[in-house]
Amino acid sequence: MQGVAVTGMGIISSLGTTTEENLDALQKSKDGISIPEILHTSLKLPVAEIKWSNETLAQKLSLQTGHSCTRAALLGIHAVKEILEKSGFEKFPEDTGLISGTSVGGIDATESFFNEYSADSANRRFIRAQHPGFTTEKIADYFGLKKEVTTISTACSSAANAIMRGARLIESGQLQRVIVGGTDCLTRFTLNGFNSLKILSEEKNRAFDENRNGLNLGEASAFLLLEADQVCDKNKILGRISGYGNANDAFHQTASSENGEGAFLAIGKALKKAKLKSDEIDYINAHGTGTINNDLSESHALIRNFGNQVPFFSSTKGFTGHTLGAAGAVEAVFSLLSIKNQVIFQNLNFNQPILDTGLIPVIESQTAKIQTVLSNSFGFGGNCTSLIFSSNE
Amino acid sequence: MSDLYTELKKNIIEQLNLEDMEISDIDNDEPLFGDGLGLDSIDALELIVLLEKDYGIKLSDPEQGKEIFASVNTMAQFIQKNRTK
Amino acid sequence: MRKGKILENAKVLFSSKERETSAEFLKSVYKDLKLNYPKFFKMDLLSKLGFIASELLFRNDSIPASTALIFANSNSSLQTDENYFESMSSFPSPGLFVYTLPNIMLGEISIRHQLISENCFLIMETFDAELFENQILANIAAEDGAKAVCGWVDLHSDEYDVFLSLISAEGELPFNAENLQNLYCSK
Repeated sequence: MQGVAVTGMGIISSLGTTTEENLDALQKSKDGISIPEILHTSLKLPVAEIKWSNETLAQKLSLQTGHSCTRAALLGIHAVKEILEKSGFEKFPEDTGLISGTSVGGIDATESFFNEYSADSANRRFIRAQHPGFTTEKIADYFGLKKEVTTISTACSSAANAIMRGARLIESGQLQRVIVGGTDCLTRFTLNGFNSLKILSEEKNRAFDENRNGLNLGEASAFLLLEADQVCDKNKILGRISGYGNANDAFHQTASSENGEGAFLAIGKALKKAKLKSDEIDYINAHGTGTINNDLSESHALIRNFGNQVPFFSSTKGFTGHTLGAAGAVEAVFSLLSIKNQVIFQNLNFNQPILDTGLIPVIESQTAKIQTVLSNSFGFGGNCTSLIFSSNE
Repeated sequence: MSDLYTELKKNIIEQLNLEDMEISDIDNDEPLFGDGLGLDSIDALELIVLLEKDYGIKLSDPEQGKEIFASVNTMAQFIQKNRTK
Repeated sequence: MRKGKILENAKVLFSSKERETSAEFLKSVYKDLKLNYPKFFKMDLLSKLGFIASELLFRNDSIPASTALIFANSNSSLQTDENYFESMSSFPSPGLFVYTLPNIMLGEISIRHQLISENCFLIMETFDAELFENQILANIAAEDGAKAVCGWVDLHSDEYDVFLSLISAEGELPFNAENLQNLYCSK
C-alpha cells in the first residue's frame, strides 16, 4: 500500500454543495453550466456558478455580519467544514497544516470596492489587503489552524501543487496531517481577462472535440485531508496519493507546446514516483479545458506517455467549468470518487475526436474496475502537475 | 498616407512594449509575425485592442487577424478602409 | 536586489541613479548586461525582477534543465493586478492580464533557460526559509547533479525585495533553513 492516505474530502461546486451532490450530478450527467447571476457582469457567457450568494454562504457558516471573508474564503471554509463534519474530530488537531491553492484570492471583494469607490483614492487601501494569502488565512482562522499555513499560486495547477506539497510533507515526517486543496471564485477580473485572451467559449465547453472553441470559467472549492499512517483511522482511508510530478513546459506564458512537453514530463514523473507502468493506470481525469491549444497539447502528451493504449480518460470540466486554482482539488475529489464507487465519468459535449489524434474520451458515465487514477492540471506559466490516486487495497 | 504609417508604427511600438525599437526599425512590408518582428499570439490580441482603441475598429472574428496583421502595409490598408476614428 | 542596489554574493554590482524608477533601473541593467532578449520589455515589473536576478545568478554556473525553481513572495502579482484592473475600465489588456499570476515569472525564466523542471510559487508573509526547505531538498535528492533555486521576489508599489540563492551539491555553505534565512537577512 504505497502512498499518503487520504482520510477526508470536501467540495462545493456548481454541481452541488457536498461530495454526495457532486457525485450524483456526475453520475446523472447533469452539468453545472449557466449564465452568471450572482456575479454582476455585462459578459453573459456560460460559466459554472455556485448559486449561493455570499450572504447565504456566510449564514450557513454562522459568520457575523461585518466579517471580512471574501467569496473564495467562504467557499474554502465550506469545503473544509465538510471534512471536519465527517472526520469524527470536534476540532482539527493542533498539528494539522493547511495548504491552499488559488489564483484570484480576494479580488472579488476588491473589485466591488473599486467600483463603488473608484473616485475615492482613499479606499484603494482595500486592494492592499486582498491577495491570495489573505484567503487562506481566513480559512485557517475559522478552524483554528496555525501550523504550516501556506498558499500556492501557480495558476490552474495551484491546488494540485498544494496536494503534492502536502503529500511530500507527510512523507518526510514534517507533518502528521494536512488539509490540502484550493478555492477560486468567479470575478469580473478573470472573466474579462480570459475574454481578452479570447479563450472563452460562448457555448458549453467541448473538451477533446474537434470543434471545441474555448473554456467556461467556473468557481469551486475542494480539499482533502491527508494523514500519516501512524495517526489515521484506517477505516476512514478513501484512497492514497501514490504519485505526483511537476514540470515546466518552457514554451510560452499562456499557451502549451504542441507536443505537450511539460505535460508529458509531469505524467512521467508521477508514474515514476508511483512505481507504476503506464498500463497500470485505469482512468485519467484530464485537464481538458476545451481550448484548442490545451486539448491538442494534452492529447499529444497522453499519446507520448501511453502509446496506442491510452486508458479511459475524460475531462470533467464540461460539468464544473474550469475552476482555475481549485481545479486540481476538485478533480482530486472526483478521482477518489471514481475509485470509491468504481465508476468513470462522462466527457460531456463530445461529438468528434480531434482529427490529429483520433482519441475518444469516455462518452457515457459507467461502472468500471478502477484502482488507479491519473489527474492532470496544467497552468499558465507552463506549470504542469500530475497526481496519481490509488485505492487503499 | 505616410502619416498613418508613422502613426501606426508608433502605436504598435507603444501597445506591444517594443521599447528597443524605433519607428525607422520597422519596414512597411516586413512580416510582423514569424521571422520578421517575431510577435506572438498575445501580441496579436493586443493588436486587436489597438485597432479598437486607436481606430475604432472592432474585429468580430479574431481569425481575420492573420491576414490583417501580416505587415504594417496590410494593417494600414485595413485601417484606411474601416476606421471610425 | 534591494533599495536600488543589486548585489552578488554580498558585492554591489549595480546601483540605481537618483530618481530612477525601478523599471528604468532594470532597463539600464538589461542594457549593461547586453542581454538582447526583446521579450524582456513585455514583462511586468515582477517578472523583470525575477528575470534579471536569475540572469545574474546563472551566469557563472552551469544550469541543467532540471534546475528547480521554488519561489515565493508576500502578495502574489498585486501590482500587476492593479495595473490590469485599471485597463479593465477602458480596454482590458491581454498583455497585462497574462502577468496577473506570480508564477508567470517562473515560466519566463524557464523559457529563457529552457528549464523543464519543477517549479512552485508560494505566498508567505515574510521570507521563511523553513517553508522552502522541504521542496528544495526533495528536488536536490531527485537526481545526481540536481540544482534548485530558492527565490524571493517581493514587490510593493515599485519597491522591491529580491533574493535568489542557487542550491546544489557543489555549494560551499551547507544547505539548511537556518543558513538560508541568514543569507536572506544579511545586508
